[in-house]
Amino acid sequence: MARRIGTEVSLAVADAVKMAAPDVISAYPITPQTHIVEELSEFVANGELDAEYIPVESEHSAMSAAVGAAAAGARVYTATSSQGLALMHEILFIASSMRLPMVMTVANRSLSGPISIWNDHSDIMAERDIGWVQLFVENGQEALEFTWAAFRIGEDKRVMLPVVVNMDGFIMSHMIEPITIPDQEVVDAFLKPYEPQIKLDTADPVTFGPVGVPEVYLEAKKQCEQALLDSKAVVSEVIDDLNHTFGRQYGLVETNGAEDAETVIVTMGSLGESVMTAVDRMNANGKAVRQARIRLWRPFPVEEFMDAVSGAKKLVVIDRAISPGSVNGPVAQELKSVFYGRLDAPEIVNVIAGIGGRDVPVDDFVQMVELAEKGELAETYTLWGLDSDA
Amino acid sequence: MSKQSICAWQRLEPGAAIRDPGNAAALKTGDWRTLVPVLNEDECIKCTMCAVFCPEFCISEHEDGFFRPDLNYCKGCGICANECPKTAITMVMEEK
Repeated sequence: MARRIGTEVSLAVADAVKMAAPDVISAYPITPQTHIVEELSEFVANGELDAEYIPVESEHSAMSAAVGAAAAGARVYTATSSQGLALMHEILFIASSMRLPMVMTVANRSLSGPISIWNDHSDIMAERDIGWVQLFVENGQEALEFTWAAFRIGEDKRVMLPVVVNMDGFIMSHMIEPITIPDQEVVDAFLKPYEPQIKLDTADPVTFGPVGVPEVYLEAKKQCEQALLDSKAVVSEVIDDLNHTFGRQYGLVETNGAEDAETVIVTMGSLGESVMTAVDRMNANGKAVRQARIRLWRPFPVEEFMDAVSGAKKLVVIDRAISPGSVNGPVAQELKSVFYGRLDAPEIVNVIAGIGGRDVPVDDFVQMVELAEKGELAETYTLWGLDSDA
Repeated sequence: MSKQSICAWQRLEPGAAIRDPGNAAALKTGDWRTLVPVLNEDECIKCTMCAVFCPEFCISEHEDGFFRPDLNYCKGCGICANECPKTAITMVMEEK
């Protein structure tokens, strides 16, 4: 029988990883990801989980160990946040370019400085172009289920790429939520044991990570990019099976609110749930507003996003990262390039909110929509809640 | 558009992995060299330190008992000269 328990989301993610039966876990503790790998280290120490737990001296080594283990054909898990993700940076490209499946939970957190342990998306937005499949979850139940989906997506023979599951630091990682944990058999039926297509094997020798001379590097990059683009179909397939197995209604881009609304709020990550409340409130007051939540960030689901916002005249795009020197936040930049040159393109208004853990209450979203509809938000982007003398 | 590639991207192994055994030997790092190690046989005590420290594993014992590099793989790093206890190896600019 499935168990419905109240638990911290980090501990639930650790449970999910245990149920996925990884061979190797390598990680370095960093706030706010720490509870996940602490719990996993206890599972291994207590003999509840038969895996190699590699305590490393930095995230750079955590990712290096993960790459080595994945090359040997192991099912690998790691987790990180913020500065830790930044320290992994150069090895992240190696994992994807070597086509090594592994799953990493990123408890999203702002980057220094000034030093901040609180949530925003600036850590993962600095890793947009690493060639990993990137998913965003909005609550604890999703964090659990998408951990299994992530293993299945990455290990699929048509994909063979590492996968990031993004969950907002503290807002999710340290929140106690009611979570339904299914039976091990259900997970086993959903996530089969990993069969690597290519691995380090003395009986069938192979050189991984060779020198990419100018005569081959471009083709190698194209192969990797194509695998990432093609992974969208596999993500769809796995999410369909996830919906079927666990009784959910996830999609690559999910919508809610008034279907005929001309204004659509676009969110990614846990702010989506606050915006849901705001949208419900506005709809109840007779104001037609819709919401589109981006679940798959890389590869960006262009067609699915177009469908989700069809008929919209105005998109209010909520970003949770600043892209210094650019004209928009990262999500709004993406959407502007998606719509560029299309005659039916909606107007895109960008609000950058919740930076460095700044709270964004439900009422603020109602206000954002009002200001956007009156044309009172900046043409580039509005730094929501900024204290200014101007 | 000039064609410079080794093969089409669809024909690469995943992650550009190489299946042929011995492919590391095909990478002749001797092409990189500007300095070449020259052994003074009068000073050499045949202690093998140069071979032990060579990062390319390219120094081996010859029939006369002296250790010399295989110049196909010596990239001229100078570690052998640095490690030699008798300073019997000097790095000299390679002639064209």
